[in-house]
Amino acid sequence: MGCEKKKILTLVSFLVIFPVLVNYIPAISNYLEVMIFAGIFCLVTIGLSLLMGYAGQISLGHAAFLGIGAYSSGIITAKFGLSPWIGIAAGIAISSCIAVVVGIPSLKLKGHYLAMATLGFGEIVFIVFNEEVNLTGGPSGFADIPYLHVGSFEFSSELTYYILVWAVVLMGLFFALNLIHSRVGRAWRAIHGNEMAAEAMGVPTSRYKLKIFVLSSIYASVAGSLYTHYICFLNPSSFDLFWSIKFVMMVIVGGMSSVWGAIIGTILLTYLGNEWLSAFKHFDVLVYGIILLLITMFLPGGIVSLPRILRSKRTNSR
Amino acid sequence: MNDTAQLVQYILTGITVGAIYALVGLGYNIIYNVTEVINFAQGEFVVLGGLVMVFMTNTLHLSLPVGFFLTVSVVTILGALMDKLTIEPIKDANVLTLIIITIAVSIIFRGLAMLIWGRDPYALPAFSKAPPFTLFHAIIQPQALWVLGITTIVVILLSLFFRFTMMGKAMLACADSPEASRLMGIPVKKMVLISFVLSAAIGAVAGIVITPISLMEYDRGALLGLKGFGASILGGLGSFSGAVIAGLILGLIESLCAGYVSSGYKDAIALIVLLLVLFVKPSGFFAGKRASLKKF
Amino acid sequence: MKVSKCLGLILVFMFVIAGFQAVPAMAEDVYKIGAVFSISGRGAFLGEPEKKTAEMLAEQLNKQGGINGHPVKLIIYDDESDATKCNLAVKKLINKDKVPVIIGPTLSGTTLAVVRVVERAKIPLVSCAASYKIVTPVEKRHWIFKVPGSDRHVVSKLYQYMQSKGIKKVGIMTVSTGFGASGREELLRLAPKYGITIVADERYGPKDTDLTVQLTKIKASGAQAVVNWSVGPTQILAVKNWHDLGMKIPLFQSHGFGSKKNLELAGPAAEGVMLALGKVNVGPLLPDSDPQKKVILAYKEAYEKKYGEPISSFGGHAWDAFNIVVQAMKKAGPNPAKIRDCIENTKGFVGQHGIFNFSPQDHNGLSEKDLVMVVVKNGDWALLK
Repeated sequence: MGCEKKKILTLVSFLVIFPVLVNYIPAISNYLEVMIFAGIFCLVTIGLSLLMGYAGQISLGHAAFLGIGAYSSGIITAKFGLSPWIGIAAGIAISSCIAVVVGIPSLKLKGHYLAMATLGFGEIVFIVFNEEVNLTGGPSGFADIPYLHVGSFEFSSELTYYILVWAVVLMGLFFALNLIHSRVGRAWRAIHGNEMAAEAMGVPTSRYKLKIFVLSSIYASVAGSLYTHYICFLNPSSFDLFWSIKFVMMVIVGGMSSVWGAIIGTILLTYLGNEWLSAFKHFDVLVYGIILLLITMFLPGGIVSLPRILRSKRTNSR
Repeated sequence: MNDTAQLVQYILTGITVGAIYALVGLGYNIIYNVTEVINFAQGEFVVLGGLVMVFMTNTLHLSLPVGFFLTVSVVTILGALMDKLTIEPIKDANVLTLIIITIAVSIIFRGLAMLIWGRDPYALPAFSKAPPFTLFHAIIQPQALWVLGITTIVVILLSLFFRFTMMGKAMLACADSPEASRLMGIPVKKMVLISFVLSAAIGAVAGIVITPISLMEYDRGALLGLKGFGASILGGLGSFSGAVIAGLILGLIESLCAGYVSSGYKDAIALIVLLLVLFVKPSGFFAGKRASLKKF
Repeated sequence: MKVSKCLGLILVFMFVIAGFQAVPAMAEDVYKIGAVFSISGRGAFLGEPEKKTAEMLAEQLNKQGGINGHPVKLIIYDDESDATKCNLAVKKLINKDKVPVIIGPTLSGTTLAVVRVVERAKIPLVSCAASYKIVTPVEKRHWIFKVPGSDRHVVSKLYQYMQSKGIKKVGIMTVSTGFGASGREELLRLAPKYGITIVADERYGPKDTDLTVQLTKIKASGAQAVVNWSVGPTQILAVKNWHDLGMKIPLFQSHGFGSKKNLELAGPAAEGVMLALGKVNVGPLLPDSDPQKKVILAYKEAYEKKYGEPISSFGGHAWDAFNIVVQAMKKAGPNPAKIRDCIENTKGFVGQHGIFNFSPQDHNGLSEKDLVMVVVKNGDWALLK
């Protein structure tokens, strides 16, 4: 745990210095906005990395939970004029209920069949967003969603939203780290290591798997609410299959073995996709694919495994 | 137009669309049978098949058989390259890493297709010039018969290959146990290469036959891949006849739902059926004894 | 330990890249115009001609000495048809590039995702997307304009034509994207006004491979005409399937069909297809008395010479947006608030898609009078009387 403290301290100081740097360097003056989206996606991937890295289950439908949170917030605030906090709570409630209903049968499936089931679930939710025009605005979406506010204070400027988003991410991170270092976390890892053995040792695997699936859906739902109140507009294409796959890639590129991997992978891929690759003009998609390919091929443990590999190289060469 | 004619039309359309899904699903199964990897770039092989054929016929003005042969060769080479450059160099990778690698490759293929062919859809002339004909007052495009015929031929050839040739049997053995196969003197690397070559070829064939019906553009691969993946899962991974039957079932559900229930929800209903089948029978309709799966 | 290293690495990486991207400070007298188009992704076939048109116009303008002697710098970003990316791109234009005015985005979905951003930053934006939601309610769209006509205009034009031909029962089929959904909404809403009943209302996905089922259903419903509302490959499929099914009732397409490439792809099957189009698509067919004929032919000649491909409706939107902005900047200079006021007071601007008359109540400036009914004849457009 001492080691984790150091990491958290590094992250927090990075987050504090970042806006200051952005303010003083004109060349990166738009980096704060990218960081806000990176934070929102981090929430999704922290939950996903608990599911993938610790419980060994895959989900190719997590964008659906992001969407459920987003639409709950949007509909409750813009259509019914209620407080955004009710929207966030409703999103969490709806997401976790759906996660239970979908999770119970799906998590019995293994490997590619689980991948297909979650993927199918994501597509179905996406189609519902498109077709329920009266509720969701259909494919054209709906605009004019209010900003998040506490009393009369509105989270409308980039800096306030940056602070809000990353505060939520840090809370999510603390919670995840505490879980990992608790008895529950050890049980999860046992499931990942060998499900049969864990079961034999008395770990109720299916209940643990379901709990973690629900937890990850809550992370995604909160992220969805934050997304809605930032961009103030919703349409289904932000929650399709490609986003689900992007989240999985973020986790893998960063490294599945730790939640820190999810954070690093998410920040890196968000900046790559939205900012750095634009220098390549038409070739950006190609370069993105090649970078992804190289990382997965040569760093199967993700970026977090890089220092260990370098260290072992050094000792080998001696 | 009476009710029967309408029903016949829905069924015919469903079968045509289903055959397309089946062809894509077969490609997944070949690689899965040898490597237990799902190749998410399978849909891209279909797109490349269609677009390379467009180049062969519309730009080079080659005849249909020559263009067909050259297109399949080009895509096959790409499939072989994919294996040589990205799958073979990986040692002891888990299945999830391999899946992400295939997704990365699909992004690269899509990027290449966009750079070469741009974003517009392309059309190909139908194989035979005959006009559409009627059956029970329903209308059939001659190209649909080509799709069905070629799907049938591909399934028969594949089944014969895996059941009766030494190489086919050796490929199946690789999936069961690469270690044992290696000890038995089966060149596992070569078998994996052949599986990629075969499924790329089938993807190319699928692309060539469906482009006259559905047109082709650079980013169609993901959706075709999704449907094909659904077909191969529903049929039970690894089963060729399963994939074909499941593909046809998916096509029929979509078309009948669009006809009688709601055209907006047709894909959702097909997916719900797929999920329900999975929940009841977690390894698909026709999974053989070898339904054991590597875990992530 | 390793995490701090990684974070540090990312930070260093960011600065290295930022260093490469840093642009040398520009001379003060350059006028900037920002643009966001969907150059890749699902809207790419719209965004590509828009980008080409805007680049060509900027080049022409600078050759002629720019705006009142100030050279123009056009900064174009690709939003990849994605709402998140579009939001980031517009913020980058405003906060980093400090542009006084923005043209684009290409799609309704991406435009609506930046409404709040430009309203808050008080930067005028001239969208190339069609949805009426972009400019209504106009009190909340102080800084936003759009140049494509609304679907309302196109649907009214089609229904007026149908009414004159005695068509009363119509089957509609729409794609499940923003474009199709917006068309569907207007088709359903306006039908009663023209004495039309919608007897079938079918939908399909943007990547569907066959539309026979939808058309069969419409055929069986006793409709006297089919209206298809989509862009991309499905609008060709609709034509092909309609032709193969030997349907005796006429097929009407949305204005999205208005590109010569679609006629090439659909081939002889498209004969007899009818649609309402902006005049930009039929420039040479217009009578010489039409004030738009001159500007359309000039654009057509320049574009086709430079890029070797036919012009499209979509490029026309970029032409209108760019020139309306330039006209405003000639009077207002690089001042966002003044540019906005000038655009809002633009009257009688002769563009590719019509004659624009903006007002504080109307941030679109077009009406159905700016459209013409067109039929496909011998592989080309022909005007319908």
